[in-house]
Amino acid sequence: MLEAIERDFAGAVPAKVSCSLRVERTTEERLAVRRNAAEPQRRRLNTGAMLTVEHKGGLGYCATTDLSLAGLRRAIDEAMAWADASSGRMIAGLGANGFTAARGRYETQENKGWNDTSSADKMRLLGELSHRLKPDDRIVDWGASLHHTHTESLLLTTSGGRIHQETKVLVPTLFAVASAHGQTQRRSFGDSRIGQGGFDLMETMGLLEAPERLAREALLLVEAPECPEATMDLVIGPDQMVLQIHESIGHPLELDRILGDERNYAGTSFVTPDMFGTYRYGSDLLNVTFDPAHPFEAASYAFDDEGTPAHKEYLIRSGILERPLGSASSQRRANLPGVANARACEWNRPPMDRMANLNIEPGNSTFAQLIAQVERGVYVETNFAWSIDDSRNKFQFGCEWGQLIENGRLTKVVRNPNYRGISAGFWRSLKGVGGSDTYAVGGATMCGKGEPNQAIRVGHATPACLFADVEVFGGGQ
Amino acid sequence: MNFRDHFAQTAETVEALTRNGETSLTNYYGEQSDFLRFNKSAVRQPGSVTDCEVTVDLIAGKRRTSTSLRLTGTKDEDRTRLEHAIAAARTALEGAPQDPHLAFNAACQSSEHVAQAVLPSKNQAVEAIARTGNGRDMVGIYAAGRIAYGFANNLGQRNWHESDSFNLDWCFYHAADKAVKANYAGVEWQDTELDRIAGSAAKTLSLLSRPVKTIAPGGYRAYLTPSALHEIWSWLGWGGFGLANHRTRATPFLRTVDGTGSLHRQISVKENTVEGLAPGFQSDGFVKPQHVDLLSGGSYRDCLVSPRSAVEYGVKTNGANEGELPQSIDMAAGTLARDRALKELGTGVYISNLWYMNYSDRNNGRVTGLTRFASMWVENGEIVAPLGVMRLDDSIYRFFGSELEALTAERDFIIDASSYGRRSVDSMRLPGALVRDFRFTL
Repeated sequence: MLEAIERDFAGAVPAKVSCSLRVERTTEERLAVRRNAAEPQRRRLNTGAMLTVEHKGGLGYCATTDLSLAGLRRAIDEAMAWADASSGRMIAGLGANGFTAARGRYETQENKGWNDTSSADKMRLLGELSHRLKPDDRIVDWGASLHHTHTESLLLTTSGGRIHQETKVLVPTLFAVASAHGQTQRRSFGDSRIGQGGFDLMETMGLLEAPERLAREALLLVEAPECPEATMDLVIGPDQMVLQIHESIGHPLELDRILGDERNYAGTSFVTPDMFGTYRYGSDLLNVTFDPAHPFEAASYAFDDEGTPAHKEYLIRSGILERPLGSASSQRRANLPGVANARACEWNRPPMDRMANLNIEPGNSTFAQLIAQVERGVYVETNFAWSIDDSRNKFQFGCEWGQLIENGRLTKVVRNPNYRGISAGFWRSLKGVGGSDTYAVGGATMCGKGEPNQAIRVGHATPACLFADVEVFGGGQ
Repeated sequence: MNFRDHFAQTAETVEALTRNGETSLTNYYGEQSDFLRFNKSAVRQPGSVTDCEVTVDLIAGKRRTSTSLRLTGTKDEDRTRLEHAIAAARTALEGAPQDPHLAFNAACQSSEHVAQAVLPSKNQAVEAIARTGNGRDMVGIYAAGRIAYGFANNLGQRNWHESDSFNLDWCFYHAADKAVKANYAGVEWQDTELDRIAGSAAKTLSLLSRPVKTIAPGGYRAYLTPSALHEIWSWLGWGGFGLANHRTRATPFLRTVDGTGSLHRQISVKENTVEGLAPGFQSDGFVKPQHVDLLSGGSYRDCLVSPRSAVEYGVKTNGANEGELPQSIDMAAGTLARDRALKELGTGVYISNLWYMNYSDRNNGRVTGLTRFASMWVENGEIVAPLGVMRLDDSIYRFFGSELEALTAERDFIIDASSYGRRSVDSMRLPGALVRDFRFTL
């Protein structure tokens, strides 16, 4: 199919018109068992293309499912009509930049392919996991699922660009919900468990060992006291750090937000262009990188969707803000350096500035050393609730699991552990960064942004971290 | 693409490919959209999307598989794609486990809803943005075009829902995070109506140039506009009303169900399908009732029940979609005249918009979120200053219960502007709410 489209694209574009074509072919499969009952197997085949034209200083795109020569021609005509209509009305810096001439290829590394195991065997495995999630009648809801996505994309441009990329992403889920005495508590494998690779990722992630622990912990939570309310030290496990990085570093550093594109929907940013190079975002311990080359992280690639080659870059080094998450288009508009992060969620949405793999570099402390530093505090794991203002400053997070830390030791389990703070000061209170024994690779499956709206996968790899003097609180009326 | 003809052709093809002993359910989605994104009153990303996705559920005995695929509008190509998809589904069906909660509508209930309109051309849309944003900092999205939903099965049922609409959703910005949010949505575009809405928004914009008022955390009198309530109900709707959420005790209305908490007697909410914009049928072929009472006089009434939940928990379905999410929330009006809302507020907080709702404690219906856009500090019934962003942390049993003072007599019909994957067909009809004591924490 891709060969025919490549041939037709060359014949469909009128002379002297600058055009790009991004075609995507995705196969998704979702297998699930809930409350020990198999759900219908779902398969989604998603093929389409977006054609983008620059013409007379204007810009236009048209996305279509019709990939015949006639379909591509119609789409180019439609995109041309938009370029004509927007000519002279575009934001400065857009509409006359040409398209990439880069050529290259990328493919996910996998040890054991998704299709090497039959659907029947996968369903049997999910059935076993599901049964292990309910040891007690107080478990009122439970389930296990696997969601696999295989995407093949081809970017072609009239400048001679040709980029072929193929990714395979696995998202496994497990959850157990316990309820007793008017308290319902959930313990899950975490919505942050996402990775690029083969079926073997499931084993690397620890899915197979998790069910009994999750059920046991859900039952402990319904009997546990509320998390105390106080300002104290907070140790955040890597599966909650994923959300902390995402919301209060990733989004505020997106250059299109800083340029105002998102103000009607996802919001603006407390970060302004003059801060890059000098602003102290966090303590000396904070090192944040954009790393598209991590072999198993969810958003690894060799080129972004504008065709810019992707490399690892430091965004924050020793606490100082260095560069934003800005694609080539945004870099031109803002006159700032950036990264290769123009990404579209699928063929029917245009690329924009995104997180991809956004990571905190590990430090030197073991988990035991992080805990040992705390006289009185709380350890939290696994995100349950998240909320942050439209400038990405005032945040509140709730977690599934909390444990008190007393005199350097983990003690009582507490339920509904919440904490709140302000991004601009929070990262400066970072006083411990875990090393490799606390480091985990995860991400988010549904990062929402953009108009029209787009939900996309992102990767976050991070160690556990220790923060000083955080407002922590529990539930109750 | 003529979606209606294409749907008929697709339904026929699937029916022909369905074998004896099999049942097929076909869900059709067609979209022809213009999207014009703008920032600082200039064009950011303009484009069009023509999309067509079909989901075929193949059922044999108690086994079921579901396959979604994109179609092109070209007869031979689409037939080939459907043949391959159904053949693969049939193979998968052989190894699939039995589905104990299998449910679909076996009684044919066909229906049709078509609402066509003439929408602005590309040039008209660009000109309208340029004119409205002239001399202002305008940012947002214009989305317009046709959306079509269809359902067919091999028992002869056909349901069709097709509508043309536009939705211009934008902000006029003053500076930083201070802006006025506005929206012009409907089926018949009129420049004069756009000018009226823009003029009203511009008037509010002038108030944002005053110095920002920062308030300390604590409890305040508050007036929440229908837009602010939209954010609250959008959040509570996720997991609040579904039967599965109730039976697994995960709903934020848990205390109303257990009888340990109740809402104010003025709180009545229904899923009002007949006055909403969403299709009146769902993906297993069930037709929705005109409305479902969810909350009535402050007490919990009925749940949204999908066909799967109906089988699982042994009750009757009321045609809810698979996620048991409301699409057409209708909250009953009160008696407070809207033009008296500020006077009745007296001194307190006018919340134009809320943002990023989530839970502090779901068991207790305790939610958090933030004020946004043109939220104001009010003294003696007069707007004094724009409000610095505040985080709320309060319970539905307080602001929709003990602390609720009044609901407005007038309600707004709010058409959802979201477009994740598809342009939304959700809507809500909501009053404003006056709250005696509304808690902020940060």
